[in-house]
Amino acid sequence: MGFHMHGPGGGRLDMDDISFKDVNFKHLGRTKEFLLPFWWQLSLAMVLVVAIAALGLEGPVIIGKVVDLIQLSDTTNQQLYSLVALYFGVQVLIAVLRYAQTYIMSWTGQKILYSMRKKLFVHLQDLGLDFYDKLQAGRIMSRVTNDVEAINQLLSGGSLSLLSDVVTIFGIITVMLRMNSRLALVTFITVPLLFLTIYSLQGKMTRAYHKTRRRLADITANLQESISGMRIIQAFSREDLNAERFSNTNEQNFRAQMEAARLRAIFFPLVDVIGTLGVALVYYYGGIRMSLGDTLVSVGTITVFVNYTNRFFWPVRNLVEVWDLILQAAVSSERVFEILDTKPNVVDKPGAIDLGRVQGHVEFKNVTFGYDPSLPVLHNVNIEAKPDETIALVGPTGAGKSSIINLLCRFYDVQSGQILVDGHDIRDVTIQSLRQNLGIVLQDTVLFSGTIRENIRYGRLDATDEEVEEAAKIVGAHEFIMRQPEGYDTQVRERGSRLSVGQRQLLAFARALLANPRILILDEATSSVDAYTELQIQRALEKLLKGRTSIVIAHRLSTIRNADRIYVIDHGTVKEVGTHEELIAQNGLYKSLYEKQFAGEPEDYKAAPVVDMTEAKARLGGHSQPGTGVRVAMENSNSADH
Amino acid sequence: MKTLKRLLAFALPYWKAYAGALIMVLGVTGLQLMQPMLARWIVDGIYANHQWSLLLWGSLAMTGTAAASAVFGYLQRYWMSWAGQKVIYDIRNRLYQHLQQLSFSFYDKAQTGQLMSRVTADVEQTRMFLSNQMIQIVAAGVRFLATFCLMLSLDWRLTLVAMIPVPVLVWRAEIYAMVIRPMFWSIQQQLAVLTATLQENVTGQRVVKAFARKDFEIKKFERDNLDLMEKNVNTLRASAFNDSLMTLLTESSLAIILLWGGREVMRGALTVGTLVAFNTLIVQMLQQVRMLGMWISGATRTIAAGDRIFEILDTKAEVSDKPGAKPIPKIQGRVTFENVSFAYDGEHMVLEDINLDVKPGETIAILGGTGSGKSTLINLIPRFYDVTKGRILIDGHDIRDVTLDSLRRQIGVVTQETFLFSASLRDNIAYGKPEASDAEIRRAAEAAHIDEFIDSLPDGYNTIIGERGVGLSGGQKQRVAIARALLMDARILILDESTSSVDVETEMKIQEAFNKLLADRTAFIIAQRLSTVRNADRIIVLDKGRIVEEGTHEELLARGGIYTAIYNLQFKGQEENELRNESATAEGGEK
Ligand SMILES: Nc1ncnc2c1ncn2[C@@H]1O[C@H](COP(=O)(O)OP(=O)(O)OP(=O)(O)O)[C@@H](O)[C@H]1O
Ligand SMILES: Nc1ncnc2c1ncn2[C@@H]1O[C@H](COP(=O)(O)OP(=O)(O)OP(=O)(O)O)[C@@H](O)[C@H]1O
Ligand SMILES: [Mg+2]
Ligand SMILES: [Mg+2]
Repeated sequence: MGFHMHGPGGGRLDMDDISFKDVNFKHLGRTKEFLLPFWWQLSLAMVLVVAIAALGLEGPVIIGKVVDLIQLSDTTNQQLYSLVALYFGVQVLIAVLRYAQTYIMSWTGQKILYSMRKKLFVHLQDLGLDFYDKLQAGRIMSRVTNDVEAINQLLSGGSLSLLSDVVTIFGIITVMLRMNSRLALVTFITVPLLFLTIYSLQGKMTRAYHKTRRRLADITANLQESISGMRIIQAFSREDLNAERFSNTNEQNFRAQMEAARLRAIFFPLVDVIGTLGVALVYYYGGIRMSLGDTLVSVGTITVFVNYTNRFFWPVRNLVEVWDLILQAAVSSERVFEILDTKPNVVDKPGAIDLGRVQGHVEFKNVTFGYDPSLPVLHNVNIEAKPDETIALVGPTGAGKSSIINLLCRFYDVQSGQILVDGHDIRDVTIQSLRQNLGIVLQDTVLFSGTIRENIRYGRLDATDEEVEEAAKIVGAHEFIMRQPEGYDTQVRERGSRLSVGQRQLLAFARALLANPRILILDEATSSVDAYTELQIQRALEKLLKGRTSIVIAHRLSTIRNADRIYVIDHGTVKEVGTHEELIAQNGLYKSLYEKQFAGEPEDYKAAPVVDMTEAKARLGGHSQPGTGVRVAMENSNSADH
Repeated sequence: MKTLKRLLAFALPYWKAYAGALIMVLGVTGLQLMQPMLARWIVDGIYANHQWSLLLWGSLAMTGTAAASAVFGYLQRYWMSWAGQKVIYDIRNRLYQHLQQLSFSFYDKAQTGQLMSRVTADVEQTRMFLSNQMIQIVAAGVRFLATFCLMLSLDWRLTLVAMIPVPVLVWRAEIYAMVIRPMFWSIQQQLAVLTATLQENVTGQRVVKAFARKDFEIKKFERDNLDLMEKNVNTLRASAFNDSLMTLLTESSLAIILLWGGREVMRGALTVGTLVAFNTLIVQMLQQVRMLGMWISGATRTIAAGDRIFEILDTKAEVSDKPGAKPIPKIQGRVTFENVSFAYDGEHMVLEDINLDVKPGETIAILGGTGSGKSTLINLIPRFYDVTKGRILIDGHDIRDVTLDSLRRQIGVVTQETFLFSASLRDNIAYGKPEASDAEIRRAAEAAHIDEFIDSLPDGYNTIIGERGVGLSGGQKQRVAIARALLMDARILILDESTSSVDVETEMKIQEAFNKLLADRTAFIIAQRLSTVRNADRIIVLDKGRIVEEGTHEELLARGGIYTAIYNLQFKGQEENELRNESATAEGGEK
């Protein structure tokens, strides 16, 4: 399949691009794992259904009795009253039972739905980032919401009548065969016809349902990207084109839905026709038998037979509707199990040990890795950070620095070589225990909806308010937080949209610090932060980094000069290693990068007035409280201006 | 009711399909009534009179009516689905278009998952009602009336007696509708909450994993999931109760008939035949009433969903074209801020009293601390937000007087947060100018220094990248975003920290390209690295939303203010170290 042009961006190939295959009931069968825990509720509901049906038959019988009764001359009012009371009593009983049955069924249905969503969600947490790289968020979401709902339709709606219908059908067949086998067989001529109909339409219907599910996912994916990228859409005036694209996706969905609707619109009336054909056959064949003088066939038998034929087709009709639900659910369950069957690429080994709190010795040994194994991004990388050391990774963009971090966090597994933490291969320890030792500031800042406090506390859930504030103070965020309308309890909104980008980064930083990790990883942690604040953080960090291993990535080389060792990465290999001084002396890539950055054009610099140094010192050195210094400095200049 | 009316307005264009479907429903009902007549004819006419020659015709007639009714049934189903799907197709498109018009301030507050849920789940909810249920309700009403008239003609007193439970029924239905509506609303709401939780979890997986917060996230989802389940169960219980009660009430009507009619028959005031006929009719009629009851749920739920849909459609875009706004003529590039103040919430000023006059072709660098209002300032130029006070002029036009589209098409923006779409690199670069030629795209990529990388990819410009640019490194993403903005070939360019994740060497190369590109364009550049801003024609320093310093690099250095301090910090590594040591001792001393 080629890629489709649906999204707000254009289109993209992914897991949803499966061909529209035929129905596969294997997956539907697997939904029983969700049903089994509720077997007794389901059985109870089943019993109730049968009881209600039986009681329902009682009603007309009583009415018949009433009619007979009132025609007798010696009936007393009393007799009439008690019979009607009986009728009403039966109805009350039915009402109560029906209430109970519906309640049990909806409770169970919702429980099942709940457990399916839960299972999917838990599984999603285990899936590796490669999965998320491949499948758009909207598509994943569509499976957890829309597809699960489709399965629920069957489980809570259709499946219940299944049993009673099947029982009814077999009961009627037996009775009919007993009464008059010839007539019965004539009626059953229609049954193969029924199967033929089902058989010939089923393939088309499944394909149509596959398509509808897929198109719905298209819509969800388009929406999710459009909405999260709305600012770019508007900045680039793409509204018209995107509306057209969405309309296309929408239209495709419409078409798919109509295809399914058309098939259904053929299917059900066709079943009705077949049913009536059965009745007509009874009349016809019965008439012929009568005309031939068959004594076994009378008008009475035919009437009864017609009655039974009709009754035979009611449950059949029901079954056909259930069948339709089954087809839809089969398609959806396939999509759900597709996710549940996706093996996380990064999993705990059997018998993986708990790493505990580590010393912080990190070692990459001949690590080679590619997101696509045939296109390695890292070649033979060797890196070592001894406990409490600070190492830095520098290098041009796309060199593979973030990829190294990704590997250390075990977001992906290495292709060859190994990564050791305190001498343990990280594949031999539990992922949870490994990550609990890490505190990471990712290159892309992600905050969640919630308060500032909640976001920082994400680093360590049991941290006290004081600790949260302490972390915020270290990164110099406390002051701006206090300026927010509700301080730490201000809602940052999705992705932190109410904060400036630098502020978001500071919170992410505080979050990582709060985790109090043995190994701190900073991937461009201050790229969006102003120079003052950055310096503040650096100062604060000097103390903080003492007790832990840290790995720092930065393009602003000033931030990493004091590292114990600097690794210069280029094109996925380690080009140079050493301290700042050593690397400068080496006269290689690092030096050229460094010089470019600090190409302060000496003449230019000299042209600057002498006052600046003292002034700056006064500004920066005059106050030591981290986080407030900058502001004071700024305020000074501010007031000086006005 | 108002909501329902507005929803029906969406259905109105398709009234023909609805009318057709309704006729078909009635047709099917009529044909179904014919079946017993045919049966009677076969039994009474053919069997009794031994007219065997007619037997085949009788059977065929029966099959024929069934076939006809199947055709009607097909048409009814098809038209109904068609109309229902059409309506939600329209609603979805309307929603999408409206969402695209809503301003940044709306998206600052909205949750993606919430919005998605409204366009999918809520719209789907209305479909169920607007396709089948609506017709069925009308059909049930018609059938109800027909039976009612028939009953009246048979015996009006008995009919009235049979109607005794009806007021109770109606009263019950009203109560139910009142109780159930908020319940349905909260279900739809909870569904949206769950979707939002899911959405954030899926898009934030990296952080979830990095902090090993699986259990925490599961608990969070669990809570919403459980809540949804409980709300559903409660609602279903209420509706199960209502259904049972309604059925019981209708059955009680039958009991009353039996009681009263029975006595009448015994008195000889009523024939058994009438009573039996009544019995059948009432069963039929009550069935319709019961159906109506069931559909109340559907309608109520639809109204709840409709409310949520209209909540979006009724949200006014805060920034929109003035009536009669004209497109701005080709921009020369003069940008003027006149006493501009701005507050996101209308209260707390983020920018105060900004005065700035930028000549065409000038490059302005904006510098300032985190959260000082730099991004806010530049966001005002393409009118992502409207100023709270003062005004902004481009070439002398107040930007609020011109059309948004014409304004934004002539401004190229690199936003601070890089957002790329899951699409090919080509489509991403050509995002603002989909008709751009390959050569143009390549030129933009070259200027952004991403061409080499793209060429190194097996699929080159056709490489599909993931949502938010998955598959690219931080610097690569930024450079694609730069190329995207450059391709707009706009007179005004806004670069908000556009090279923060790019290494120095690449940045310098981009800078060189910029020097050529920006020569005759107005540009606003925000950057933390002074190397990026030093060559600007003018540098402004923002602090707490005010311009505190303004001038060229040299002028500012001469002033010895904040700029000078930053300069020293960044350019004199040695001095910086000194500073650091000094302050470290100062800190130590204070403690
Ligand atoms: N999820 C991914 N799937 C496929 N390729 C990827 C993925 N992430 C990164 N890459 C590719 O791997 C290479 C290294 O990327 P990485 O993010 O490690 O670079 P980086 O050194 O961190 O660069 P920057 O300084 O720009 O952040 C790049 O060429 C990038 O395109
Ligand atoms: N959408 C918003 N709603 C409410 N307040 C906001 C919003 N966006 C930003 N702010 C607030 O406005 C102030 C200025 O933010 P702005 O994004 O302009 O800062 P900035 O100078 O660009 O900072 P940075 O260098 O971190 O990007 C900040 O205090 C921020 O909290
Ligand atoms: Mg990176
Ligand atoms: Mg900003």
